[in-house]
Amino acid sequence: MTAPASHLPARPRLDAEALAREFPILARKIHGKPLVYLDSAASSQKPAAVIDAVSHYYRTSHSNVHRGVHTLAEEATAAYEAAREAVRSFVGAESAREIVFVRGTTEAINLVAQAWARPKLRPGEEVLITELEHHSNLVPWQMVCEQTGASLVVAPIDARGEVIAEEYARRLTPRTRVVAIAHVSNVLGTVNPVAEFAALAKRRGALVVVDGAQGVPHLPVDVRALGCDFYAFSGHKMYGPTGIGALYGRREILDAMDPWQGGGSMILNVTFAKTEFARAPERFEAGTPDISGAVGLHAAIDWLRALDLEAVHAHESDLLAYATERLGEIPGVRLIGTARERAGVISFVVGDVHAHDVGTILDGEGVAVRAGHHCAQPVMEHFDVPATTRASFAVHNTRADVDRLVAGVHRVLEIFG
Amino acid sequence: MSDLRELYQEVILDHTKHPRNFGALPHPTHRASGRNPLCGDQLVLTLEVAADRVRDARFAGKGCAISTASASLLTEAVKGKTTAEAHELFARFHRAVTAPAGDEPDSAGLGKLAALAGVREFPTRVKCASLAWHTLEAALAGASEPVSTE
Repeated sequence: MTAPASHLPARPRLDAEALAREFPILARKIHGKPLVYLDSAASSQKPAAVIDAVSHYYRTSHSNVHRGVHTLAEEATAAYEAAREAVRSFVGAESAREIVFVRGTTEAINLVAQAWARPKLRPGEEVLITELEHHSNLVPWQMVCEQTGASLVVAPIDARGEVIAEEYARRLTPRTRVVAIAHVSNVLGTVNPVAEFAALAKRRGALVVVDGAQGVPHLPVDVRALGCDFYAFSGHKMYGPTGIGALYGRREILDAMDPWQGGGSMILNVTFAKTEFARAPERFEAGTPDISGAVGLHAAIDWLRALDLEAVHAHESDLLAYATERLGEIPGVRLIGTARERAGVISFVVGDVHAHDVGTILDGEGVAVRAGHHCAQPVMEHFDVPATTRASFAVHNTRADVDRLVAGVHRVLEIFG
Repeated sequence: MSDLRELYQEVILDHTKHPRNFGALPHPTHRASGRNPLCGDQLVLTLEVAADRVRDARFAGKGCAISTASASLLTEAVKGKTTAEAHELFARFHRAVTAPAGDEPDSAGLGKLAALAGVREFPTRVKCASLAWHTLEAALAGASEPVSTE
């Protein structure tokens, strides 16, 4: 009798090895070993299609947007607005006017906190977040609470790393003005039941803001099906460039918001006495935007959608299940985050070895992972660990990559034995 | 990368698993806390200094193998030294851990601390090795704010 093979179902059809060849950086060797990149949740690598789109834009069509009547200005504007339309279609928004380009998820959430919440929140009112939030969906709310006298309320998670639904519902009150939740946890991989939570929040009349940074790379997103008012994400975690991201906002809400930053591009008419502001989204895009970033994000969206997002999700779920099984078999390894619905990332600790030592040893084996608190210190506190090691998956990863990770963890145990 | 064994030498693994002088002195004359915000490493160093000589030293906290071993080795190394000798030791130690990778480190006078010179090949880990020493400097200077490696 042979040893039982993995009981997991056969691999879904997505040719990860062929996809890996589309990422120039994956040809690198690290410390003499082929690079295994398992840190896409921090920032994904870029396929040649994205790198080439940015390069092609600069080589052929660059100019400033929304001004100038020359040919290049028109081409650059067309490329920038085409990117907006691509984002609209990608997240299922009704109108491209609902898509604001920003630097990334962090800026998007700060925009909502400062432009929507700050003028509206009153002392005694509440912003509800969850215990698994990234600092980017915590600190901006803490700041606006400080500024307005509102209170920050936190819905706790359980031992698996799932937000406890009853506790969440209990904290929704007539005082709740904003609910801000991650689509997917960057540490635990937990997929929050956003549609369900949003529906409950709407019944209380609260604004629903979703941090989609870890959602868009792994799950098909439909903002109308989710029922959220805002959905924020970054380009660089979904194969696009750094420095560009998008904020979806429901049109009637965006149109009713005052600008956040003032400057060029966001105006209709300016005199020393008064400025009339442009409507959304231009109203929220003061200054020259990241045009090449938008072009690169457009290329990333096209590239990702060509893969079929259901197949992507199936492939990454397989890797996650395989990694859970293989890491779970290693004595001394404790998995942090065992939610029933997970996507993209797996966190673990190796005995009492600190995550940074694990990360250094894995790097020596050519395996890139994230080690630390993952900008989610409250999550570390919940699980009573100073830090975790996190492996995160992308379309180019394979089970062989997981095997390299597992071999690296054995090396850690050998050194610290 | 040089061999990981260069970094994780026996001395370091021993001090990580069995930290010396762990805890807090009941009546310290000097005390400082240090943190490395990148890692979340934290430590509190307590000293008993009399007649300009470090009579006793202890540390408490949590961190990676490198920072824990470094703090443990530090407490052993500074006991019995004058404050001037402790500063001098820090200077030597700092030179050893920040020497350009590949250079033969000057470990003269470092004793067991020389085991930490391997971090010079791992630039991201130099802060881990230095945290306890920056905390020592702060304690001797009577700093009231926690020191940070950032």
